[in-house]
Amino acid sequence: MSALSERPTNPVVGLAIPHESAAGHVTGEALYTDDLVLRTSHVLHAYPVQAPHAHARITALRTDPAYEVPGVVRVLTAADVPGVNDAGVKHDEPLFPDEVMFHGHAVCWVLAETLEAARLGAAAVDVDYEPLPSLVTVREAIEAESFQGGQPHLERGDVGSAFDEAEHVFSGELEFSGQEHFYLETHCSLAQVDENGQVFVQSSTQHPSETQEIVAHVLGLHSHEVTVQCLRMGGAFGGKEMQPHGYAAIAALGATLTGRPVRLRLNRTQDMTMSGKRHGFHARWRVGFDAGGRLQALDATLTSDGGWSLDLSEPVLARALCHIDNAYWIPNVRVNGRVAKTHKTSQTAFRGFGGPQGMLVIEDILGRCAPLLGVEPDELRSRNLYQAGQATPYGQPVGHPERLHAAWDQVRASGDFAARTADIARFNAAHPHTKRGLAITPVKFGISFNLTAFNQAGALVHVYKDGSVLINHGGTEMGQGLHTKMIQVAATALGVPLEKVRLAPTRTDKVPNTSATAASSGADLNGAAIKNACEQIRERLAQVAATRLGVSPADVRFDDGEVHAVAFSGERVSWEEIVHAAYFQRVQLFAAGFYRTEGLHWDSAVMRGEPFKYFAYGVAASEVEVDGFTGAYTLRRVDIVHDVGDSLSPLVDIGQVEGGFVQGAGWLTLEDLRWDESDGPGRGRLLTQAASTYKLPSLSEMPAEFNVALLQHAPEEGAVYGSKAVGEPPLMLAFSVREALRQAAAAFGPAGTSVDLASPATPEAVWWAVQQARRSGEHGHVAEGSPGVVPDQPGVDAHEYEPESERVQHQLSRT
Amino acid sequence: MESPSVTVNGRTVPLGAVAPHTSALDWLRGVGLTGAKEGCAEGECGACSVLLARPGISTPTEWTPLNACLMPAASLDGQEVVTAEGLGSAEDLHPVQREMAVRGGSQCGYCTPGFVCSMAAEYYRPGRCARGDQGAAAREDHHDGEHGPNGFDLHALSGNLCRCTGYRPIRDAAYALGAPDQDDRYAARTHEAPPAPRATRVAREDAEFARPGDLEETFALLADRPDAALVAGSTDWGVEVNLRGTRAALTVAIDRLPELRTFEVTDEHVEIGAALSLTEVERRLDGRVPLLAQMFPQFASRLIRNGATVGGNLGTGSPIGDTPPALLALDAVVVLASADGEREVPLADYFTGYRQTVRRADELIRAVRLPLPLAGLTAFHKIAKRRFDDISSVAVGFALDVEDGVVRRARIGLGGVAATPIRALRTEEALTGQPWREDVVRRAAEVLTQEGTPLDDHRASAAYRSAMLGQSLLKLHAESTSPQEVPA
Repeated sequence: MSALSERPTNPVVGLAIPHESAAGHVTGEALYTDDLVLRTSHVLHAYPVQAPHAHARITALRTDPAYEVPGVVRVLTAADVPGVNDAGVKHDEPLFPDEVMFHGHAVCWVLAETLEAARLGAAAVDVDYEPLPSLVTVREAIEAESFQGGQPHLERGDVGSAFDEAEHVFSGELEFSGQEHFYLETHCSLAQVDENGQVFVQSSTQHPSETQEIVAHVLGLHSHEVTVQCLRMGGAFGGKEMQPHGYAAIAALGATLTGRPVRLRLNRTQDMTMSGKRHGFHARWRVGFDAGGRLQALDATLTSDGGWSLDLSEPVLARALCHIDNAYWIPNVRVNGRVAKTHKTSQTAFRGFGGPQGMLVIEDILGRCAPLLGVEPDELRSRNLYQAGQATPYGQPVGHPERLHAAWDQVRASGDFAARTADIARFNAAHPHTKRGLAITPVKFGISFNLTAFNQAGALVHVYKDGSVLINHGGTEMGQGLHTKMIQVAATALGVPLEKVRLAPTRTDKVPNTSATAASSGADLNGAAIKNACEQIRERLAQVAATRLGVSPADVRFDDGEVHAVAFSGERVSWEEIVHAAYFQRVQLFAAGFYRTEGLHWDSAVMRGEPFKYFAYGVAASEVEVDGFTGAYTLRRVDIVHDVGDSLSPLVDIGQVEGGFVQGAGWLTLEDLRWDESDGPGRGRLLTQAASTYKLPSLSEMPAEFNVALLQHAPEEGAVYGSKAVGEPPLMLAFSVREALRQAAAAFGPAGTSVDLASPATPEAVWWAVQQARRSGEHGHVAEGSPGVVPDQPGVDAHEYEPESERVQHQLSRT
Repeated sequence: MESPSVTVNGRTVPLGAVAPHTSALDWLRGVGLTGAKEGCAEGECGACSVLLARPGISTPTEWTPLNACLMPAASLDGQEVVTAEGLGSAEDLHPVQREMAVRGGSQCGYCTPGFVCSMAAEYYRPGRCARGDQGAAAREDHHDGEHGPNGFDLHALSGNLCRCTGYRPIRDAAYALGAPDQDDRYAARTHEAPPAPRATRVAREDAEFARPGDLEETFALLADRPDAALVAGSTDWGVEVNLRGTRAALTVAIDRLPELRTFEVTDEHVEIGAALSLTEVERRLDGRVPLLAQMFPQFASRLIRNGATVGGNLGTGSPIGDTPPALLALDAVVVLASADGEREVPLADYFTGYRQTVRRADELIRAVRLPLPLAGLTAFHKIAKRRFDDISSVAVGFALDVEDGVVRRARIGLGGVAATPIRALRTEEALTGQPWREDVVRRAAEVLTQEGTPLDDHRASAAYRSAMLGQSLLKLHAESTSPQEVPA
């Protein structure tokens, strides 16, 4: 056990407790950014003018008509920006553009006394556009060779000879859709200039420090002149990692120019048409197997649809490449990546951050090839799972692969996999119009930011004279239960009951220079920082207690609000008494904590190193039933065993596993982003821009039977109190649903049918797959033998992969 | 006329000079009740759900959850509203709130107040039998997996979206609820009369909201104002206002008019008042019209069905609508009323074009009549991406009389395949007088795939829509001959 992972006796971590704000949630008393408007006087409301073209030059912008609308106070344009006219960190996202880059791009913003007046004012702004040619689909961009950023290349072994020696070679293509975050709370910022001249922005942001930096650079201020606070978010899922900055900057710009608080809250349509989403991808692949069905070689080109600007597309792509192996040993690998530049919203982080996209490619390959190899899909997957001593294509040893196998075996056993497989075969033989499928898929997901520098965190812990504890850390609460875990960590580290600890909202003036709450790392990083701060205080208090108890400081224990000596049944002193005594002895009762993840290294130019502290594992088995008349399906049963190490907070962790799974199932089966790809006037418009047309999973998509277990006896040495990150990995358990649908569709055809399944696998997509299976003998679009579909290789003039974000984080230019 | 006011969480609050386009949600948030949230502003997510004391069926009052984002605030005049804040506080949680909190039913918490309101309404629903003691046996009765051992109907939550939890803990919370305590004030309230509808006139700037007291007053109002927007539930109008910025100089609410809230079963017909909500119709029919009983759970969500009315659904003239395909199959007749009297129009003649009907601006839909007896073999097939609360790609209503193995009469209504809901006349003809046999059905299904002129759009391809028409007839036949082999 390391000092970081070891738990004291009676730890508060590990208790299954409800979310720290649960009572506030259920009563409506918990406040979100937009709830603060009522508590603020003289607020102005902001509304965007959105361009009706996918790509156009703005030739004239007349704001005068807006000022004639009663209630309009100010129209914000590029001329108002005192600092840098950019909403991102790469200087490719003008806050006020002169060239429209996607349908719905905001060209200027109207501030008014009421939202209604702002809306009418925005409608009155007169803009002239000169339409320009546009690229809307990733295929159009590939055709036009429209790429942006670097083009990473990951290679191990000798792919060429491996294909020559492989028994079976297949090739194919796959294009799959992105995903809208659809956090229930849309983007929102409320900005004001406080009584001290400080710009104070309340923002629904996963990355307060970067929101602060962008606000500062837009306003031409230093970071110490801007404070960003995030109370809590109504969901984020990666969609509030980069995207909130521009909106916060607009609100802050309005507040500084008018002297009044400015509220900017996007309505759902604006949020969906303006903010970035999960990247859709195109993949072209060749794969080689030996006679036993073991993977020998993979050659693939992944092209992500980045949208109009880079945003986080490069690191998302890097993670996709680093996860194309999922949980499988592939001795010879070559993967090329590139980011298409299209006239769409700028796609961004979304739970899994490229990992799901990379993993979808290999799972799709295995699902399509299993029937052609004559091997059951579960057997094919099982044969290829990582074994001890093997390393990923980028050279990181795969730690604890036995835990992956344990989870696999546990799901098969508890899910009665073999018996149900036989039952399903009998059911399918007896039912011509209905077929069932049962699939099992693994997850291996690397934890840490790929970029080493981001793996640091800070915390601030105050113990007041009365013994109460106030903690602050750099992470944000978006529903994932981070604050709940952090309170448990602090209570454990200080040896006090949960009620002694209160958590204050995330603010950049409390903990500076924070990383985004992202990459599932919130608890690992901030938990370790809080633990560090608490231990500093505890060590000081141990000195005080040692004197009081007459023992050595090393023998003092803090346990459930009492302080006593180890191995002595003697005196127990209350926490409050020791704190009180410490104050009068002039002992510092507060501390700043810091943590950085040790042992990481990554060379992005050659895509090699050990970028991850550890891997999180999980296994899911899903059973579906497909209606052969319509393609409609139900999810009958799901069994999951997921590895969260030694759980910090089991109720929270199970919630993350279940929620991630259902969100992943939504991406893969239901959520259907459609853009106008026609040449008509609406070209580039998002067609599914509302809850009525973009359908999220509802209660009807919940598995009828849903069994989730956390893998036991799996403490993680390298993380706080032996826990593992949980936010993202479970999303990818949902591959089991997609593969079960594929198997059920195939059951409408003769044995050995290989089925192509579109993603998302909507009822319509499943029905077409069923139709394909019924036309017996066709094997979809998998080509057998060489050369087949050959993945694109980067051209000689391709950009070297060294993402800008890794060369320089920020270049603050000032006016 | 009293000055407009609303009873909110037991306190009377003046409505003030609200604009007709101001939603109940924005008004509630404006008076400090920020528990209800805006997630979509179109009645899809339920984050804005609040409870209204509405007339009940088995008790005088029922707590009825509705989407506050779609209701005009002015329509609340004289009504009683309860929000999540009113149900309980952090110090004194309501049983629904307690179950949601301790079981991990909230993560980000944004959708939670809405879930709590929807769940509380089902908690108080008269007739929800708490059968916890029967355990597995009770569950066996409800093999559809949509009812809890405590009688909780999951459809009560079909209009609430959660993006975080995956729903399992929410379902567990719902299924763990017992019966309300004897001294529960909200349970007690259901035994007293609901608030009476109040005639309302609220004007602000150049726009006005009116709720006339009776039909006569309504006709008088409409005679002067052909530009008036008629609102009977506001589930469609609210979307126009919120998402498309539609504004009317005069909004007239007709959903509480007593003349439009009739319900009558005679030997010749069933008459359904146009202003009855779909939930009310469902409960009053209680399965008497199996085709409609099959349609109701598939029509939008419980939150929408609590507000949406049959008249409103026909009034908007949507090409899909979901009730029109069913009502077309049932040979429904629309009763139109004006100051000059009433006229009856067969539904098949009612639609004239995309969102156009024979209804004149001075007319109201007063009722819909379904002729009796009903056909023997009926079904409603809805093809959509999602099972709960989705708009149909295609909807098909079937009403067939099959005697001695021969189809004597066939009525097939289609939605989503033309500019209006249509009858599948050629298919009806291909079936009528023919044996109800697979080869005949296959040929008729071919004809059915040719009906209408389906489009490609974001919901489905034209090819899939056409195919689904034929498939639905094949499925109906398979169901009617070997039901156990056909998926539900």
